[in-house]
Amino acid sequence: MTPPDYEYLRKLLKDHSGLDLSADKQYLIESRLLPLSRKSGLAGISELVQKMKAGSPSLVAQVVEAMTTNETFFFRDKVPFDHFRDSIMPEMIKARAARKSIRIWCAAGSTGQEPYSLAMSLKEMSASLAGWRVEIIATDLSQEVLEKSKAGIYSQFEVQRGLPIQLLVKYFKQNGELWQISPEIRAMVQHRQLNLLHDFSQLGTFDVIFCRNVLIYFDQDTKINIFGRLAKTMEADGFLVLGAAETVVGLTDVFKPFPEKRGLYRPSGVRAAPAMPKMAAMAGR
Amino acid sequence: MKTCLVVDDSGVVRKIARRILEEMGFQITEAEDGAKALEACKGAMPDGVLLDWNMPVMDGFEFLGHLRRLPGGAAPKVVFCTTENDMDHISRALHAGANEYIMKPFDKDIVAAKFQEVGLIELTEPIPV
Repeated sequence: MTPPDYEYLRKLLKDHSGLDLSADKQYLIESRLLPLSRKSGLAGISELVQKMKAGSPSLVAQVVEAMTTNETFFFRDKVPFDHFRDSIMPEMIKARAARKSIRIWCAAGSTGQEPYSLAMSLKEMSASLAGWRVEIIATDLSQEVLEKSKAGIYSQFEVQRGLPIQLLVKYFKQNGELWQISPEIRAMVQHRQLNLLHDFSQLGTFDVIFCRNVLIYFDQDTKINIFGRLAKTMEADGFLVLGAAETVVGLTDVFKPFPEKRGLYRPSGVRAAPAMPKMAAMAGR
Repeated sequence: MKTCLVVDDSGVVRKIARRILEEMGFQITEAEDGAKALEACKGAMPDGVLLDWNMPVMDGFEFLGHLRRLPGGAAPKVVFCTTENDMDHISRALHAGANEYIMKPFDKDIVAAKFQEVGLIELTEPIPV
């Protein structure tokens, strides 16, 4: 994919869906659009872009759909979970050595695949966590979805995408056509219903927050507000993990990105700018 | 181009798997039972094997045992793809040296996810030479 190809796709996605891809999200485009290119009989992304430019509304629609679908599955997009295992947890184990306790928040826990993926990762590194207390809080707006998450029961399709077979064998029990994640893993996640638009300070302070693919549904002011409040619930040396297509850059400077680690952010220590009264903001434009 | 051997006694399943895998950029060979699959591997080791379990003449489990004992037989990534969807079969397959396991019915997303797990396909485009 050439830089002009990437620019074309960035602009198209912003215009069509509000999705805002920063300059380093090529891997996301590749992972979602390479399969689409091949399915359309095209060699790769450059050819896909050519075809879109030549005028193909159906292809454009498919591209937007592929980039904005937000179904959840285990270890979704893989990279953030590699970061969790290889960067976040080793650093936290050092930084919290005196406290021996880590608090993790999945701010859009949905049907549980994300918090349970983290729980399985923690279990896989349990040798380094002997004697530690690691809490995973999973919240979601929908009570229905929380109930599904608490039950931890998944279909054969759901356990086959993103979940390595060794983890399926290790942490799930089969029940007919369905698979239930082990009681031990389920016990590692606490579930709470929560609306991100409301005050969430009662949840306490966190070391790691996963807030993936939920803020895209909010307008800019709301996003900025939520980032500000997330920064307040986070330890100064904590980690924020966003969805692959999301960013704080250009919205707020209460978080700063890790240059080598896509999707990973840390509190910058800068205080959130006070909300501008609407009249003054308009006059400033 | 990576090669994949599709082993299944159903012509329909082999055709569907071929279509999915060719779209993913694999060169496909087919075998309708474990014995024919073994002969194919003795001729040329594929990079990947999509392997059914229940087949006449020689089943997938027996084929896997023979494959891993061949010179170079440790190399191919073997992904079972079978209606046997119980824990017992999965455990036995993994102990016999399978790399991954797909429970039928499958779709292209599951094949892609499993082939990514075993490293047969990358998430990103290769750097052009």
